[in-house]
Amino acid sequence: MPVYTLHVNGQEHQVDVDADTPMLWVLRDQLNLVGTKYGCGIAQCGACTIHMNGTAMRSCSLPISSVGDAKLTTIEGLSSDAKHPLQEAWREHDVPQCGYCQAGQLMSAASLLSNNKRPSDDEIDEAMNGNLCRCATYTRIKSAIKTASKNM
Amino acid sequence: MKDKHIENKSRRHFLKVTTAVGGGMLIGINWLGCQLDSVPEEVAKAMPNEWYSFDAFIKIGDTGLVTIMSPNPEIGQNVKTSMPMIIAEELDVAWKDVIVEQAPLNTEWYTRQVAGGSQSIRQGWEALRKAGASVRKMLLDTAIKQWECQAIDCTIKDGVISHSDGRTLGYGALANEASKMDVPEEVELKDAKDFQIIGKSQSNVDMEGILKGEPLFGLDYKEEGMVYALAIRPPAFGQILESFEADEAKAVSGVEDVFQFGDKIAIIANSTYPAIKAQRLVKATWKQKDSAEDTAYHSKTLLEHLDKKAKEPRRVDGDVQQALKDADEVLERTFEAPFLPHACMEPMNFFADVNEKEIRMVGPIQTPQWTQQRIADLLERPVEQVTIQMTRMGGGFGRRLYGDFALEAAEISSKINKPVKLTFTREDDMLAGTYRPASAYKFRAGIKDGELTAYHLTEACFNGQMFGQMPSNFPCGAIANYRVDCHNIESNITTGAWRAPYANFLAYAEQAFLDELAEKMGKDPVQFRLDLLAKAKNTPVGEAHNYEVEKMEGVIKKAAELVGWDTAAPNQHLGFCAYYSHNTYVAEVAEVVMEDDNPKVSKITCVVDCGIVINPTGAKNQVVGGILDGLGHAMYSDFKFIDGQSQSSNYHQYRLIRMPDVPEVDVHFIESNNDPTGLGEPTLPPAGGAVANAIYSATRQRLYKQPFVKEMEVLG
Ligand code: FES
Ligand code: FES
Repeated sequence: MPVYTLHVNGQEHQVDVDADTPMLWVLRDQLNLVGTKYGCGIAQCGACTIHMNGTAMRSCSLPISSVGDAKLTTIEGLSSDAKHPLQEAWREHDVPQCGYCQAGQLMSAASLLSNNKRPSDDEIDEAMNGNLCRCATYTRIKSAIKTASKNM
Repeated sequence: MKDKHIENKSRRHFLKVTTAVGGGMLIGINWLGCQLDSVPEEVAKAMPNEWYSFDAFIKIGDTGLVTIMSPNPEIGQNVKTSMPMIIAEELDVAWKDVIVEQAPLNTEWYTRQVAGGSQSIRQGWEALRKAGASVRKMLLDTAIKQWECQAIDCTIKDGVISHSDGRTLGYGALANEASKMDVPEEVELKDAKDFQIIGKSQSNVDMEGILKGEPLFGLDYKEEGMVYALAIRPPAFGQILESFEADEAKAVSGVEDVFQFGDKIAIIANSTYPAIKAQRLVKATWKQKDSAEDTAYHSKTLLEHLDKKAKEPRRVDGDVQQALKDADEVLERTFEAPFLPHACMEPMNFFADVNEKEIRMVGPIQTPQWTQQRIADLLERPVEQVTIQMTRMGGGFGRRLYGDFALEAAEISSKINKPVKLTFTREDDMLAGTYRPASAYKFRAGIKDGELTAYHLTEACFNGQMFGQMPSNFPCGAIANYRVDCHNIESNITTGAWRAPYANFLAYAEQAFLDELAEKMGKDPVQFRLDLLAKAKNTPVGEAHNYEVEKMEGVIKKAAELVGWDTAAPNQHLGFCAYYSHNTYVAEVAEVVMEDDNPKVSKITCVVDCGIVINPTGAKNQVVGGILDGLGHAMYSDFKFIDGQSQSSNYHQYRLIRMPDVPEVDVHFIESNNDPTGLGEPTLPPAGGAVANAIYSATRQRLYKQPFVKEMEVLG
């Protein structure tokens, strides 16, 4: 099996897995970064969202062999002190219900705000359309994104 | 941190028994083995050197920090925050000084450790309050003894007891002495007007862990030496395993074994992905053992039953047949709904370590006690050897009532003699579900001289009788001739409770029918409901009905007032719905706007009477979640079977509500000092009815089947 060098949350890791292994399972099983969640495995739910060079990616559909030198960020590395404006806004709006989808929601929202500091309602809808929340916390997610956008 | 338990064994083994707690028992608890799993980032008080335990719910540290055990499984319904809030209220501590831990399974210590039926708060209310109040009294009595004073000299606030002469003693200083006292037999509970914590919004106690991606969920659980398992189950209902060939699967690097257990195949690997790869490579042959059902058969069978009388009707008032014959006009409508999977975001999974000494289970389960017993039975081991640790759950919605996944994990672990984590892929989760059964309702109403004189509801449902559970629901009691017939048809598809069982589909059917009936009778839909309620109050028919008229009227009137029902413009498309379920009264009004000739739900206004609201932010989250869940499934979610096989295997074939579909939701609670009722479910059932009625107002199309999108396509 090939050995891959990965850059995750500012740290370097060596991983020895098959080339087709999705990053989702590398993060969860090999690197013990279980904040990135499995929901569907086919890029339909967004629970596994991470950043690759700052852009939101569905890690379930990202084979390790395609990562190369890219810098990956997971929920554990979204901020060093859990004080990202989105995390603060999530506290303020008490967003989660079960909480399972929330890491993916936060990572999608963070990618949106890094490209577009003041997204409109429609732009938020579009960026977040790929993230399911079975508990349907959508109204709070949206409000929290708007709060974070104001505070950034 | 040192646990007092270590030095003070004799006391820990002393059982404190009292009848003070709802007839149950309070017993000294072993704190070892309990994990601190939600220490707030800035706990107000320093971490104690010593902890003193009082009862199964509370321990107090020498610094005054308090740990409260949350007894029930947390599936996102917020009980891990709201149940400890109730204890903290009566204990009179500041919420910021409280750490919450998930309690272990112990049904002698705790009452009803189940997540289901919206009953955690309702049934826990008194026991939780008494648990807090008992410990408060033990602390107060200790202070009184030390000060040689009277209770009347003392006041308590935020974990500090103050004497009228200015002396103070904190709970931390009193904890050691107080913990040696007997639990009082009688305690006084607070008056609702004195509540300091209840009724004030408190953030989710697991917020920090969720925001940082900490391992809170079953799927995140790992242990040294654990292997990963996936299973292959029959792809269709009615099939069993004939044979399989797994050479290619076994050759996948990381795969350790592939073997049969029961009618299933287990794949064991060193991590998840090799197991997923191998799962696709196993060549299994299945044979038909039982009938292969499909959706066309389901629909036909249900409809056939709707014209039959049940052998034993669920309720009969007057003579419906005669009244229908005598009626000037009869309105007859049929409503249909499909099977539905639960589609929890976290797929089913469980950790099991079955060894000679013990059976350790860790994972997401709504029914830990039942599952513990079933595992003991399955492995023929004494139940005392089975422990179940409850993790936070990525949703439940009823699916995690059925511990099939935990039993499978235990069986696999017992076969390989290793700790194992069994994971369902999303496909496994959707194809091997425990579905909400398909059902159909027929309503027949008779109108004579402008009055509603007959109401006949017939239900047909697979593997259970849904409405059979509550035939005395509204509009029972308001109509002279009323009858409910239920037909239960057997199916080999596994079925079970799905959020707001019984009501989740019926509420829409009934409330859409009432809307049409009101129209036929030339009445305003809101006034029509109020008139029926007035009849149920003033001249109730037959045996007692199960709802309180005043509460139902209360939510209806408030909702109508909030949306300006009586003054709505003709081009404002509103739909009304009111429903009582899970001990809670809810009225919802949907508003629909036309966008490119398509109806879009723009707003839902909701009024809830659930008694005292414990945690307003959590309560509102539940209410909105329930409404959007009801709206989403009524509008979008379709699920079919062909040859016994589900035709949706993942989210690309099963539509759930997403952010762009979400309307504005406006939530109001009726102010109340009544004991709290349930909130996890009751706002779901009315959503479909409100939306169907609003879509009718906008399009003049009545919707008789879920999901509505399919109907609207068909109707053009
Ligand atoms: S798990 Fe990757 S999008 Fe669902
Ligand atoms: S909070 Fe439960 S799935 Fe989003």
